[in-house]
Amino acid sequence: MIALLMRDLRLATRAGGGFGLGLAFFLIVCTLVPFGVGPQGGTLALIAPGILWVGALLACLLSLDRIFALDWEDGSLDLLATAPLPLEGAVLVKAAAHWITTGLPLVAAAPVFGILLHLPGAAQPWLVAALALGTPALSMLGAFGAALTVGLRRGGLLMSLLVLPLYVPTLIFGAEAVRRGAAGGDGTTPLVLLAGITMAVLAAIPFAAAGALRVNLR
Amino acid sequence: MMVELGRYAVPVLTAWGISAALIVGLIVQTLAAGARARRALEEVERRG
Amino acid sequence: MSIWEYANPVKFMRTSGAVLPWVAAAAAVSLPAGLLWGWLTPEDYKQGATVKIMFLHVPAAMMAINIWVMMLVASLIWLVRRHHVSALAARAAAPIGAVMTLVALVTGAVWGQPMWGTWWEWDPRLTSFLILFLFYLGYMALWGAVENPDSAADLTGVLCLVGSVFALLSRYAVNFWNQGLHQGASLSIAPGERMSAVYKYPLYLCMAGFFLLFLTLLLLRTRTEIRRRRTAALLAREVRA
Repeated sequence: MIALLMRDLRLATRAGGGFGLGLAFFLIVCTLVPFGVGPQGGTLALIAPGILWVGALLACLLSLDRIFALDWEDGSLDLLATAPLPLEGAVLVKAAAHWITTGLPLVAAAPVFGILLHLPGAAQPWLVAALALGTPALSMLGAFGAALTVGLRRGGLLMSLLVLPLYVPTLIFGAEAVRRGAAGGDGTTPLVLLAGITMAVLAAIPFAAAGALRVNLR
Repeated sequence: MMVELGRYAVPVLTAWGISAALIVGLIVQTLAAGARARRALEEVERRG
Repeated sequence: MSIWEYANPVKFMRTSGAVLPWVAAAAAVSLPAGLLWGWLTPEDYKQGATVKIMFLHVPAAMMAINIWVMMLVASLIWLVRRHHVSALAARAAAPIGAVMTLVALVTGAVWGQPMWGTWWEWDPRLTSFLILFLFYLGYMALWGAVENPDSAADLTGVLCLVGSVFALLSRYAVNFWNQGLHQGASLSIAPGERMSAVYKYPLYLCMAGFFLLFLTLLLLRTRTEIRRRRTAALLAREVRA
């Protein structure tokens, strides 16, 4: 499992900066939004939690097709399916690799983007905590979507249609925690619910994703 | 038959109109697709 | 005789062909009758003539949810027992469900305009229906995209399972997110806000009409899907020969 994780991470970093791209995209979103809504700090602070979360969602979505596509093309996915490691485990590892390359940098860099968008200082810890708890679910659900569409030639757009509705609960609770933090309140309740969703997703979705992969490998 | 709708005539008629269009559209599409599938199958069976 | 016999496409074609005219006739009678009855109901003292929208809005919303549940059951049957008719019925039901969701959304928006003063409100019920609509779209898109019919049935089945959980989850998440303007269920058993009989009985008839319409369309579309599948199989045999 660890060998697979290391391999995926190496591939991601070698094939054109897996760490950088998601962050750069995130930065562009955070730069463009003020152009759209105007530079007033008050407005920006109000919508900052939503922008940051939607930006994280999109940054995650952009790199999803890479989870299985490359392995599918060169046939290593077939090897993984017949390996002693259960396919569920392989899916989990691949989602983890995706999270480390896209989710983790976002979590680490989120406070900087928060400052760009005038997010109140009180909300910063909530933002980091919510992203840290929520983005693993995004990667895992994304792996499910990628598993569903892996055999398709033009699966990218379809995958967004399949995956984005699944992100709704995570987005709601994640943004709510940050918003409550920004209002100086206590965001624990949405944060706990968010963590619950992530745990459930991590426990259950690998089976669904592995099932979908097996169908596509048939 | 003509019912007095009062000041809500526009929303009521819009809602009924759009719904009728959608549902009739679905029915027509279903029938058309059914006829097409039936014809295609007959065609293939005749050939086979 | 077991219910599983209907999983045999030939048997299904025969039975559904025999039943179809009756169901269609029942739908053709009950739906216009219910709608006409609803159309002729008196104005509500509070909502005026807009109550007439209810006879479309409530049955469509009810069917939108129930069709998804039906698809879930059909998908489960396919995944567990691998009856082709079941998978095809789930596929046939999806566009009907999507249209019902759209009808519920549109009538709701048009109704909300005079009542709440806005076309669209990010209200929990409205928002969950929008999400449900997205799920229908994704489900249909996946069916259309996968070429191998058995793989398509498997993948959409899994998507339907996961989607059901998340649709439910979204429903509660959205509740948490925003308390809405929308009233509770129109036909609740709880005392208090009971609907007057003037509206209740035509509404029941409309619901029955919508259900029968769904059944008619479902049978028609499932038959179409079976014919399509058979055509494709025959063509494939020709190519091989």
